[in-house]
Order: sequence, then structure tokens, then C-alpha cells
Amino acid sequence: MDQLYDVIIVGGGPAGLSAAYSARENGAGRILIIERDRELGGILQQCIHNGFGLHHFKKELTGPGYAQRCIELIKDKPEIEVLVDTMVLEVLRDKTVIAVSPEKGLLYLQGKTIILTMGCRERTRGAIRIPGERPAGVFTAGAAQRMVNMEGYLPGHKIVILGSGDIGLIMARRMSLEGCQVQAVLEICPYSNGLTRNIVQCLNDYDIPLYLSHTIIKIHGEKRVTGVTVAKVDEKNAPIPGTEFDIECDTILLSVGLIPENELSNGLMLDMHPLTSGPVVDQHRQTSLPGIYAAGNVVHVHDLVDFVSEEAEIAGKFAALEAQGKADGNLRSVDVRPVDGVRTCVPQKLSLPEGGEPVKLFMRVAAPQRKVRLEVKSGDAVLFSKMLPIVKPSEMVAVEIPAEKIALSGSEITVGLQQ
Amino acid sequence: MEFVTSADIVVIGGGITGTAVLRELSKYNLDCLLVEKEPDLAMGTTKANSAILHAGFDAPTGSLKALTNVRGNKLYHDLEKELDLDIKWTGSMVAATNEEEMQTLQELLQRGRANGVEGLKILTHDEVLREEPNLKTVLGALWAPTAGVCWPFGAAVAFAECAVQNGARVMRDCRVLGFIKEDGRIAGVETNRGVIKTRYVVNASGIYADEIARLAGDESFTINPRKGEYILFDKTACSSLVYGVVFPTPTKKSKGILICTTTHGNTFIGPNAQDLHEREDLAVTTEGMNEIMASARKLIPNLPMGASITEFAGLRAVSSTGDFIVGASGVAGFYNAAGMQSPGLTSAPAVAEILAGAIAEDSGAVKKADFKKDLPRKVSFCRMTRSQQAAVIEKNKLYGRVICRCETVTEAEIVEAIKGPCGARTVDGVKRRTRAGMGRCQGGFCGPRVTQIIARELNIPIPEVLKERADSHLFYEKNQADREEA
Repeated sequence: MDQLYDVIIVGGGPAGLSAAYSARENGAGRILIIERDRELGGILQQCIHNGFGLHHFKKELTGPGYAQRCIELIKDKPEIEVLVDTMVLEVLRDKTVIAVSPEKGLLYLQGKTIILTMGCRERTRGAIRIPGERPAGVFTAGAAQRMVNMEGYLPGHKIVILGSGDIGLIMARRMSLEGCQVQAVLEICPYSNGLTRNIVQCLNDYDIPLYLSHTIIKIHGEKRVTGVTVAKVDEKNAPIPGTEFDIECDTILLSVGLIPENELSNGLMLDMHPLTSGPVVDQHRQTSLPGIYAAGNVVHVHDLVDFVSEEAEIAGKFAALEAQGKADGNLRSVDVRPVDGVRTCVPQKLSLPEGGEPVKLFMRVAAPQRKVRLEVKSGDAVLFSKMLPIVKPSEMVAVEIPAEKIALSGSEITVGLQQ
Repeated sequence: MEFVTSADIVVIGGGITGTAVLRELSKYNLDCLLVEKEPDLAMGTTKANSAILHAGFDAPTGSLKALTNVRGNKLYHDLEKELDLDIKWTGSMVAATNEEEMQTLQELLQRGRANGVEGLKILTHDEVLREEPNLKTVLGALWAPTAGVCWPFGAAVAFAECAVQNGARVMRDCRVLGFIKEDGRIAGVETNRGVIKTRYVVNASGIYADEIARLAGDESFTINPRKGEYILFDKTACSSLVYGVVFPTPTKKSKGILICTTTHGNTFIGPNAQDLHEREDLAVTTEGMNEIMASARKLIPNLPMGASITEFAGLRAVSSTGDFIVGASGVAGFYNAAGMQSPGLTSAPAVAEILAGAIAEDSGAVKKADFKKDLPRKVSFCRMTRSQQAAVIEKNKLYGRVICRCETVTEAEIVEAIKGPCGARTVDGVKRRTRAGMGRCQGGFCGPRVTQIIARELNIPIPEVLKERADSHLFYEKNQADREEA
């Protein structure tokens, strides 16, 4: 073993940076961030549009601007070391991290605690099985975004975007600004999967048509994409015969969902949640393996980076406390179970001291609804409720439950929506 | 006449058959040249097939398919060591789900024994489950221990590299347009890159073999392309599918839709069989995917469809004769290796032996004493032990930079794939040599990075880097439109 760290953080995006900052603020003595790319900041570095940081920094920032603020917070701190251009190959259950870099070769690093902040990746054409040819010109929106914004090349000139996730919407505007023709954004759901502000600012403002309940049923082109056949879908997402039409394009950008990047978590045999596709965590963001924490999009896909930072600061704090032997022992375990219209909730578990502590829950709903009451219950007893004017699957719902309410919970609480 | 180059023999087609023939010919004192119309080798049937090294019980006893299958299977055992091929000798099962199919297994068993396939036996339900615990609906299976699964593009590239190290040449982006004949005998090959002077041609042009033959004056057969679609799964899905090669009981038309785990741990289902009128229809269809899913579900009811990572289609070259067409044609100097549908991959080295032998006899060529049969070992970083990994990074620090994170492919491996004797020039070419882009994110992360490495190593601008085929450009200059207007 080469070295012993209080906290080793896998991934130097906003989650990793915020976790490192928080770990130091909470007294960790030796912190290491390992980043695969050549610079810190993660995917934010290619998100050159604004709209970041309103919650966390109380200021509207671009992606690189947000990243830079996070980097400033950890810069020149003797407790925090950074390895870039370094890829973690494996994390062992004894908290050994095996990493590799061109300059340092194969590294064995030992942590007292580990925070997993690997982020997420984009779902591909293959995962959603779009029929048709396999020409050049089909990209995930994020891959195209990197080429346009960081490398300075265009993925094509006449664009169809499949999926109305936020990256797809942002790229619709970005490609328009680059002088490309964005022919359409297609969304298989009857509602958009992006933030409302992105629908307005990225599509409406540029007169880009959004086709809800539509999908691509065939990709054309042997060498480079030449077009797509599109159809309307029924409530089971099956194409409706007779509704087909063709759109000419040379490029298809896919914004059809994000998948937490959990190969390392799987290697650690952490308990995983089937719906979030991330590790099961408690409110401190500790996974099923003591000393291993996880935060950000690796746990569940967020809509706002601000929440990623918030969650990562929690992980950083409790990893730091554990590394210093200051973590609370003898905690009472409570399961959090989503019901009635709530699809996922993080944390999935609470590890509570007697008397409880305030807990913030981050939820995704199953379908859009108006005027619903969010109820947090233990058995039949309502611990907490809140009216929500509108909920959408694309926008995370976050509520903080006061300590005295949580103290009343049994071994399980449920979170659900009531009309 | 002006000749761009000359060779004793021109092999047309850089798939598994053409490259195997080129390698076999390079054992002789002959100047051999392979021409391939695409920018890379292995871009036709070789890139999209089931990758199986068949045992040899399917084809009718006495057919060329049967003979070359059993022989080819044996040859791959030597080639595996010499050329460092990726092969897993998994054995294969033909699974029966009812009594009628069990009866068919007996027929296959008898045929297999007549074909000279070793070790065949019928497994009971319990014996099947011991090997493949997910095949719960299966009554029994025919077990063929000599079958395996290989990495077909790797094999084709290795065959070509071996041939090149023995003096053969490979010209890509070189499309055959016609033939020069003198006194009814082949005297040259017309291509888009000029006329190649030669006295022998081997036609290994896959689904175009009949068109090429016709250009030479051989109209003895036709090729009918038959499309097969596949769905490939992430490695994590293997444990809920199969570990080896599992066929359903065959029908007259095809060996059926199989379930197979590749040399690198990805399981696939497919192919279906659809006769085509067009030669270039590689589209995956909803109907086709539904068909292969429905068929696979007969063997494994709970398919992990959430773990599918890609779908693709391949074309098999089905000949009008029903068998392989191998050997001399009615045109002097023109030899065919045509109709190489399944088990073409397995048979390729045996077909190559037959052809090279026939051409050597005709031309009076003799085997070289100094044939170099072994290729240098390739570094596969992800399969190394940690200490081996540390050691290779010491030698070349680019082994320390992981470009494809799904498959843990390093920059050094990609650079080697580009700089190799028949090096990759396209993003898919890198993929088929290194697996960069073959994992669960399907190149979403590494695709642009691989593009940049290709541009750097070949010293070309990024917009000139191709995905796969000619004109399959990936990226464009930003101000191109402005420039055109100005």
C-alpha cells in the first residue's frame, strides 16, 4: 500500500469537488480526488450554457463557471490532493483503490473512507433498440456537446433530436446557435422530460417543433444518416400505423436518459436500487458497505447540479467524521419506501440517532400531476405533509423533514402523493 | 497497358475467407495481393455473424461445408496459438424443447458422427442445467465439445497481418471493376485504383461473389443475400442468459436463433433469416427484433432486455448451389471461394488450404522454407494481471491512459491498432481491433477520443476521420457553411 488517505473521492466532477470541500470543512486531514479526465469539473465543463448555481451559489452561472467555483473551493488546500488523467480500475471492499495513469503508472491507494462520485452516462441507441441502418451521424447528445463546445467541431448540419431530456433541449438551442437546422425534437412520452425553462428557452424561443408521443421507427442512410421515419405512439409506446412521416436529417442526437455509472459499485457488491440504478444509501450517503459513500448522479440522476453539490457535501461530511472516528454509533435503521405516485426516493434508508435528525428527501414522481399532497407516513400516522402545485418526472422533489417528526417514525416510513 | 502494380495472385475481398486464403497463399513463393473495396478488412459478413466455430454436424455428409467445417475447426486450434486469436472452446448445445426435437437431435448426432465430429453426445435435462442453469424449459441437448466461439474481425486481421509479414500486400479502398483477359485467361484486374497485372484471381467477395464472377465470365452461380439480425447484451446479463453456445433445434432454413456468449463475455441472441433482394440492406427491423426475442424466449423466458446494448444485422452469402463454391472456375486463372455462408467462418482456413493447394499445383509454386507462422503477441491491458499492467506502463506510458472505460482499452492499444501492418483507419476499425466502443456505452464516451487519436496518428484533420465506410464522416468543421458562402 502506497499511501493512506482519510477520504478518497472517485470522480472530480461537481459531486467529487463538493464532497472534497465538505470533507475538509469537517476536519478530514488527507483527501484525494481521482479524476479520469485531464481537468477537474466533469461534464459541467462542456455545459457552456447558463442556469447553474442558483440554489447552491445563489448566482446564475455557466457550467464551467460552476465548476470553477467548486475548483476554487478546494484549490491550494494542503489537505486536498488531486490526481487527474487517472482512471480508477477497481475499488476493493477493504477500501483499496487501484488506479492507473500515464505519469504515475499503476497506483494502490488506501482510504479510511471512499466516496463514489462517478456520475452517469447516456443511454444509447442500442439500449432503446431504434430500428434501421447503422450509419455515421447518430450521437448521444452529450458526446455531440463535447465535440461542439470543447473540441470545436460540429456533429452535422441538419439535426433531429430524439428525447426531450435536458441535454437534448440544450443541444437543440446550441446547434441552432451554431447555424445548424434543428428539424424536430421527438419525445415518446406525452410530456417533456426536461425542465420547463429549457422547453421555453431552448425550443420555443428558436421555433423548434417538439413532437410529444412520437418516436423514430427507422434510421435511414448507409454511410451517413440521411433521414428518419417518425411515428406517433399509443399509450403503450407502440407506433400507430398510418401516422408515419419522414424527416430529412444528417444527424440524430439522442437524449433518452442517463444511467448512473456504477461499474465500481457493482465490483464492490454494494446493494443497488433497481429503479435509481445507483447504490442504496442512507441520509449520510453511506452505502450498504460501511465506509463507502456515494453522492451525485452515481446515486440517482439529478436535474440540478445544485442538488448534486448538496448531496455530495453530506457525503463529504460524514465520510470525514467517520475517518476521524467521530461518527455516531448505535444508529436506528429506518427504511424509506416510495408509494402512490412517487417512483424513487433518496435516501432509501435512514440511520438515525435516538431523537432523530432532520432529513432531506429527494424524490422523482412517476407521472406529471397537479395539486397533490406529499405525505410522509409511518404506518398510518402522517409525519409530514406538504402541498405541491405541480409535480413532473423531470423535476426532482426535495423536502426536509424536521428532526422531531422523524423521531416519531417506526422501522419504515413511506412517501407518497395524495390528491 | 499501364499497370498500377502486378502480383502473381490477386485475392478479392478482405473478409475471413479472403484473408485466410491470402495467409495460406503467402506460404508459397508467390507474390500475393489482397484488394478490399472498403476502407478496412472484415467489413462484410465477417463483421456481423454469430462468431461460432462450429463442430460440423449441420451440413450434409460429404458436402464441402461438412468437410471444411470439421477440418477448419481443427485448424483453428493451431491458428489460435500461432496468431494469438481470441477463441473460447466452449462446446455447443443444440437444445430440444419437445420429443419431436429430441428426435431431430438423434439425426444430428448420426450426421455429425458421419461427418467425423468427435465427442458428440445427447445430454439429459439435468445435464443441460448443470452447464446452463437458465435453460429450464429444455428437455435435452446435443453436446458438441469441439465447438467454440471466436473474435472474427480479430481473426481476419490476424490472417492478413500474418500474410503481410510473409510478403503479401493488402490494398484497401480498392474496388474491382472488371478483368483483363488474354486468350480466355485472366491477365489483370481493373480496379478504381488502376489495373493490376496478374494471372490468378481468388474471388472471395462475399455477397458480391456472383457479380465479380460474372465480370470474369463465370456465370455458373448466383448469390442470394440472407439477412440476420442480432441483439447484443451487456456483460452483466450473461449470468441470466447462457455461458456458452446454445442453438435451438434447427429448421430447414437455418440453424435457428441462438443464444451465445462471446469471447469477451457479451451474450447475444440472433440471427433470424430473411432473404433479401437488395445487397446492402443492413437495417435492423422491429419485426426482426421481435422475432429473435420471441424465439430466444422459448429457451429462456425471462430475457434481460433492459441490458441490451446494441443491435445489428449481417448478410450471409447463400449460393444457388446450396454448398460452398471452392476452386477453379470455367475461366482459366479465376478461382472462387463463394457462397461462404455458415459455417464459412469455421471453414475459412480449410477452404484456404484447398484453394492455395490448387493454385500452387496449377502455377507450380512451392512452399517457402521461411514462412513466419507466429504473430507477435498483442497487449490486452484489461486481461493482464495488475503487475503485468504496471510493467507495460513502465515501457509505454500510454498504457496508463484508459480511453474506453467500459472495456478498459488504453491509448497505447489504440495507437498500436492504428499503426499495425493492416492498421485501423476508422473508428469502427479501432473498435474491431481493440474493443474500444464495444461496451455498454457504445462509444458514447470514447468515440470522440478515438476519433482524435486516429486523426493524430494518421495526421489527418478530424473531419476526415470515418466511422466505417467511405464517406461515413463523423464531424465537420464549424465554419464550413460560412466558408462555402464566402
